[in-house]
Amino acid sequence: MITYEWLYVLAGAFFAIWSLLSLRDGRWGNAGFWALLAASFLLGSHVSEFVNGLIVLAMVAIAGFGGLKRSDPPTTGKEERVASSQRLGNRLFLPALIVPLIAVAGTLLYNYTPLGETALFEARRETLILFGIGVLVALAVAMVWLRPPALAPAEEGRRLLDSIGWAAILPQMLAALGAVFALAGVGDIIGGIAGSVIPEGSVLLTVLVYALGMAIFTMIMGNAFAAFPVMAAAIGIPLLIEGYGGNPAVIGAVGMLAGFCGTLMTPMAANFNIVPAALLELRDQNAVIRQQIGTALPLWVCNVAIIYVGAFLLWS
Amino acid sequence: MNYWPLAGIAIVVIGFALRFNPLMVVVGAALATGVLAGFDLVAVIEALGKAFNDNRYISVTWIILPVIGLLERYGLQQRARAVIEGMRGATMGKLLVVYLAFRQLTAAIGMKDIGGHPQAVRPLVAPMAEAAAEMSHGELPEDEREKVKAMAAATDNVGLFFGEDIFFAIASILLIQGVFESAGYPLTPLQLSVWAIPTAICAFLIHGSRILAMDRRLGRVSQ
Repeated sequence: MITYEWLYVLAGAFFAIWSLLSLRDGRWGNAGFWALLAASFLLGSHVSEFVNGLIVLAMVAIAGFGGLKRSDPPTTGKEERVASSQRLGNRLFLPALIVPLIAVAGTLLYNYTPLGETALFEARRETLILFGIGVLVALAVAMVWLRPPALAPAEEGRRLLDSIGWAAILPQMLAALGAVFALAGVGDIIGGIAGSVIPEGSVLLTVLVYALGMAIFTMIMGNAFAAFPVMAAAIGIPLLIEGYGGNPAVIGAVGMLAGFCGTLMTPMAANFNIVPAALLELRDQNAVIRQQIGTALPLWVCNVAIIYVGAFLLWS
Repeated sequence: MNYWPLAGIAIVVIGFALRFNPLMVVVGAALATGVLAGFDLVAVIEALGKAFNDNRYISVTWIILPVIGLLERYGLQQRARAVIEGMRGATMGKLLVVYLAFRQLTAAIGMKDIGGHPQAVRPLVAPMAEAAAEMSHGELPEDEREKVKAMAAATDNVGLFFGEDIFFAIASILLIQGVFESAGYPLTPLQLSVWAIPTAICAFLIHGSRILAMDRRLGRVSQ
């Protein structure tokens, strides 16, 4: 059976290659940072939690003291790219489509045909594993078709990775922060505070506090999944459903979407907001968030209205 | 109740506001939160290490970078621009509104892995949006070009967030179902996912009209 562990070895090998290329390039900080990440992927399951913690602290120290720099591996110039794009035409899109195609079609086939009975993949892990297979297939196709120098994919990947820099592990680090917050009981404290600020007797105000709590707590945690159980337990279920008799389906579904409005407005949702700014090489780290606030705020108001109308006015 | 663990949140907010390195801020917040909740430092480092290790699957996605980088070496971005330049009447507004609808609809039928920032936005959607904007408005000042690219990324996010919950077998719907079931309110995923539709329509109308407004504003700026 193919498990996540296979993917960790694959990704660990990629990070190790990037570390070696950085070393050859004389970029010590980058080499150390990617070597530590490679160690985490290759050895993380076999060393103690404390050692994993030390790996995290060492990576953060390198990044925090400015050890990660952009790199500039040799590549093609603008004119060459225009010329080869004219020569290769729209076929250039095909290798890029291989990855989503294998991930999406493979997931559907695996779940809705007898293929799933083969238990080839670890349960509920098939999409990411198929993504990894898609990457290998796309790489092989591109290498055979384009015949670039042997190190080109690694060097082009390193260029992109180093332009993302420390932001590449920020989403994973934030997920770890969420776990520490949960351990320390932050959610219960926030839920207690939110539950205690509710004015008595007003359905609309209670809906407002619920939706606001979802959005703000999501902004703090960077993830509506962490906020939802807390807000549902503090306000959604005891007050809106049991106190005022609202429709549970609306309160659950649209409450989550009010949280998603918070996701659009926070740097803590790094993989959606900070990583793309780095990938697009924008000068302003918060440029994507700035474009999203104007959508998130009116949409949050819509969600309040949908909960109020759908869960109470139409329901009773 | 011990409110001290909330100091971790304050560290995050202040650290991000003062633009310290976000990794330092996050780890500082994690260590402070754990210690203030009464754990000793070694236990907090262990918790951090375990949680980082358990979440490695998040960073696996970077293995796509060699594919994207290799195709960019052979002119993928230039090709994406050329496709738009070859379309008569293509505007940034139309392009991104179509992409928004495409992203919402595919996510709504469970295909949320079509699209995304490394695979689609950087090599395809952002250069296409930029090319379309320059076709209708001429050369753009640098800060306006950045806004167009940022809007392309924002459109991917809005389309994903407010499409995916219409699909019933998605993690967030299953989480809602789980929380409500353990509180004594059994719901089917379908009962929940139909209630994502009104918000999805609002998201399309709001974000779509903001895209079109941006396109009109670019027309005024460039004149």
